[in-house]
Amino acid sequence: MDLFGDPAHWLPLAFAALMGLSILVYVVLDGFDLGVGILFPFADKAEKDRMVASIGPFWDANETWLVMAIGLLLVAFPAAHGAILTALYLPVAVMLVGLILRGVAFEFRVKAPLRHKRAWDGAFFAGSLMTALAQGFMLGLYVLGLDYTPAHVAFAFLTAGALAVAYSFIGATWLILKTDGALQRKAVSWARGGIWGMVLGLVAISAASPLVSPRIWDKWFSVPEVFLLAPLPMMSAALIALLWIGLRRLPARDDSFAWFPFAAGTALFVLAFFGLAYSFYPYVVPERLTIFEAASAPESLFIILLGAAVVMPVIAGYSILAYTVFRGKATDLRYD
Amino acid sequence: MDTLLLSRIQFGANISFHILFPTITIALGWVLLFFKLRYNATGEARWMAAYRFWVKVFALSFAMGVVSGITMSFQFGTNWPGFMQTVGNIAGPLLAYEVLTAFFLEAAFLGIMLFGFSRVPGWLHTLATFLVAFGTTMSAFWILVLNSWMQTPAGFEMRDGVAHATDWWAIVFNPSMPYRLTHMLIASGLTVAFLIAGLSALRWLWGDRGAEVRTTLRFGVWMGALLIPVQIAVGDMHGHNTLEHQPQKVAAMEANWETRPNVPLVLFALPDEAARENRFEIGIPNGASLILKWSPEGVVPGLNDFVAEDGTPLHPPVAPVFFSFRVMVGIGVLMLALSWAGAWLMRGGRGVEGLPRPVLWGFAGMAFSGWVAVLAGWYTTEIGRQPWLVSGILRTDQAVAAVPAPMVAGTLAAYLAVYAVLLLAYLGALTYLARKAARGEEVATPETPLAPEATVRAIQPAE
Ligand code: HDD
Ligand code: HEM
Ligand code: HEM
Repeated sequence: MDLFGDPAHWLPLAFAALMGLSILVYVVLDGFDLGVGILFPFADKAEKDRMVASIGPFWDANETWLVMAIGLLLVAFPAAHGAILTALYLPVAVMLVGLILRGVAFEFRVKAPLRHKRAWDGAFFAGSLMTALAQGFMLGLYVLGLDYTPAHVAFAFLTAGALAVAYSFIGATWLILKTDGALQRKAVSWARGGIWGMVLGLVAISAASPLVSPRIWDKWFSVPEVFLLAPLPMMSAALIALLWIGLRRLPARDDSFAWFPFAAGTALFVLAFFGLAYSFYPYVVPERLTIFEAASAPESLFIILLGAAVVMPVIAGYSILAYTVFRGKATDLRYD
Repeated sequence: MDTLLLSRIQFGANISFHILFPTITIALGWVLLFFKLRYNATGEARWMAAYRFWVKVFALSFAMGVVSGITMSFQFGTNWPGFMQTVGNIAGPLLAYEVLTAFFLEAAFLGIMLFGFSRVPGWLHTLATFLVAFGTTMSAFWILVLNSWMQTPAGFEMRDGVAHATDWWAIVFNPSMPYRLTHMLIASGLTVAFLIAGLSALRWLWGDRGAEVRTTLRFGVWMGALLIPVQIAVGDMHGHNTLEHQPQKVAAMEANWETRPNVPLVLFALPDEAARENRFEIGIPNGASLILKWSPEGVVPGLNDFVAEDGTPLHPPVAPVFFSFRVMVGIGVLMLALSWAGAWLMRGGRGVEGLPRPVLWGFAGMAFSGWVAVLAGWYTTEIGRQPWLVSGILRTDQAVAAVPAPMVAGTLAAYLAVYAVLLLAYLGALTYLARKAARGEEVATPETPLAPEATVRAIQPAE
C-alpha cells in the first residue's frame, strides 16, 4: 500500500480526481438530457416525442453519475459532505423535487391516460428547469464560498440562469446529432441562442472567483502561471468561435459534422471544469476544508478504490454498449 | 416541533416512499426474467403478453424508485451529517459498492431491457433482463448490509469517537444480516405475487378472459401460496435473532413489561408507557414464552430491565412497535389464508374458473397488501432501534443537522405534497393499464405514431 508513498496523501487525491470525473461526466451527460427538457416548450407534439425518444434509454444511467458523485463526496470526504449539503439545504431540496418530477414524467407521459399527457409534459419541463436552476445556483454559491450575503445570492441567481441556458445549449447540440429534418433545423437555431448562456456563465465565474478570493487570484495571475494557463481561455475562445461559425452552416445536406457542436460543447464543459478544479484545489469546501483534512480513514478509502478499479472499466464497457445499441438517429421508442 | 423530530419524520417519509418501489422492482425483475424464459422455451404468446404488460409496471416502478432513491442519497448529508462523521468509514464503502455494483448495472441495461427488444439479439435482451434483476437484488443486498450493521454492529473499533473497520467479513455478515436480507427478499416476492394476482383478478372481474390474464392470475396465486409459509418461518427466525441481539426491541414488540416466565402472547392491548403496563390486554396464556423460548416456563425479557437509574427509558417507544408488528403479522396471516384458499380452489383442472367472485375481489383488495406489511415491518425494525441510530454507538439526536426547523418543515411539506400526487398517479396509471388490457387494447401507448414496419414487428415480435 505504500508503493506510491503515503496513502494519507495520495488516496484523497485519487478520490478528489474520481469525484471530479463523476461530476464532469454528470454535467455533460445529464446536462444534455436536462437541456432537452428545458427546450420542451419550443417543440410541437410530435417533436416532443422524438426529443424524449432521443434521451429515453440514457437518462437513468446519466443520473447515476450524480449518485456516484454525491456518494464519493459522502464516502471520501464525510466532513465536507455534511458542511456543503447543510449549507445548500434549500437548493438541494429544489433540485430533488425537480429530479423527481422529470424522472417520473418520462414514464407517466406515455402510461397515464392520454388526456394527462400535457400535464406530464409540463412536469417534465418544469422538473428539468428546476434541476438546472438549482444546480447553477449551488455552483454560484459554492464558487463564492457558501455564504448567503445578498451579493452572493444575486451572483448565484446569475449562474443559475447561465447554467440553465448552457444546458439547453448542450441539449440542442445533442438533438442536432440525434435528429434530422425540421427538428434538427430547429435544434440548430436553439443552439445558436443557447451558446450565449454558456459564454455568460464562463465569463461570470472566471471573473468572480479570482475577485472574491485572493488565493485564486494568485493562482492565476502570477508569473509564470499566467502564461502556462493562457491556453485554457484561449482554447475556450477558439472553440466558441468555431461553434459560432459551425452553427451558421449546419445542418449540412449530407448531415456531415452533425456531431461537431456536441463534441465542441463537451470540450467547453471540460475546459471550464479544469479551470474550476485548478482554482479550488486543494479545497473541497472553498477556503475552509482541504481534501486532506476532510478525507475518511485510508483503509476505508482503499477498499473502495479497489472496487472502483475493478468495476469502473466494466461500467465504461457497458455504458458504451448501451450507447452503441441506441446509436444513430432517434426514432420511436417501443417496448418490443 | 424541533429539528430532530422533523428530520426524523422527513427521513421516515422519504424512505417509506422509496422502499415501496424497490420492493416491487426487486422481485418483479426476476418474474419478468421468468416470463421471458418461458416465452423463449415455449414460444407461447401469453408469456410474451405477460412480459409486455408487466414490464410497463416495472418501468414505472423503477422510475419512481430511482428518483426517490436519489433523494435518499442526499438525505444523509442534508439531515444526518453526524451519521457519516461517526460511522462513515463503514457506511461509506457499503454505499459505494452499492453504486458501483448495482446502480450502474441496472441503469445501463434497463434501456436495453425496455426498448431493445427489436434492436438487439434475443439472448442479449434476455441477458439484459437478467442483469437488471440481478442489479436490483445487489442493491437490496448492500443497503440491507448497512441497515443490519446499524442494528447489530460488528467488525469495527472506536478510535476518538469514530468507527474504524477492522474486519470487513464481520461487517458484511453481521449477526442480523442473513435474516433481514432473506426476509426482505421474500417480502418483495410476496408483494409482487399479490400485486400480480390482484391486478389480474381485477382484469378477470372486468371481463378479460384472455390466456394472458389466466396465466398471470394463476402465477400470482401460486407464487403467494408458496412464499408465505417460508416467510412466516423466516420471520420467526428473524425474531429469535432479534431476541438475542436486541432484546429491548422484542420486549416492545410483545409489550412485555416484566422479565418473567409464562408470558402470554398479547393479541391486543393498549400499552401505557406512563403507567408502564398494558390496558385492555387480551392474550394467549404462555404464548410468548412458547414462541420465543419453546417452553411455557421460558423467561422472556421485559421492558423494565431497560430503564436508566434516573428513570429515562432506554427502550424504544412501545405502542408504535407493538402495533406495527401486529399489522405485519396480521397481513401475513391474511396472505396465508387467501393464497391457500385460492390455490385449493384452483386444484385439479378447475383453474381460474374455480375462483368465486368474493375470492377474486379478495385478491383485488389485497393487491397492495405487501406494501402495508413491508412498511409495518420496517417501522417495527426502525422504531424498535430507537433511541439508537447505530445500536450502542450513535444516538439519533447526536447525528441530526443543525438546520433551522422551519426549513426542514418547509421541505418536508413539499416532499409530502409531491409524494401524495405521485402515489395517486402511480395507482391511477396501474389501474388504467389494467383497464386498457382488460378491454383488449394494445397496452403500449406508442411514443410516436407507428411506422408501418414497426407495426409488422409488433404483430410478429422479432426474436
Ligand atoms: C410482505 C411482507 C412481510 C410479511 C408478510 C411478514 N414480514 Fe416480517 N418484516 C418484513 C416484511 C414482512 C420487512 C418489511 O421486510 C421487515 C422489516 C425489516 C426486515 O428485515 O424485514 C420485517 C421485519 C420483521 C421483524 C423485525 C426484526 C428486527 O427488526 O429485528 C420480525 C421479528 C418479523 N418481520 C417477523 C415476521 C413474522 C413472524 C411474520 C409472520 C407472519 C412476518 N414477519 C411477516
Ligand atoms: C436499509 C436502509 C435504511 C437505512 C440505512 C435507514 C436509516 C435510518 C436513519 C438514518 C434514520 C434516521 C434517524 C432515526 O430517526 O432513527 C432512520 C429512521 C427511520 N427509518 Fe430507517 N433506514 C433504512 C430503511 C428503512 C425503511 C425501508 C423504512 C420504512 C419503510 C424505514 C423507516 C424509518 C422510520 C419510520 C424511521 C424513524 C424512526 C423514528 O424516528 O422513530 N427505514 N432510518
Ligand atoms: C437510506 C437508505 C437508502 C438510500 C440512500 C438509497 C439510495 C438509492 C438510490 C440513489 C437509488 C437509485 C439508483 C439509480 O440511480 O438507479 C436507489 C434505488 C434502489 N434502492 Fe434504494 N436507497 C435506500 C434504501 C433502500 C432500501 C431500504 C432498499 C431495499 C431493501 C433499497 C433498494 C433499492 C433498489 C432495489 C433500487 C433499484 C431499483 C429501483 O430503483 O426500483 N433502497 N436507492
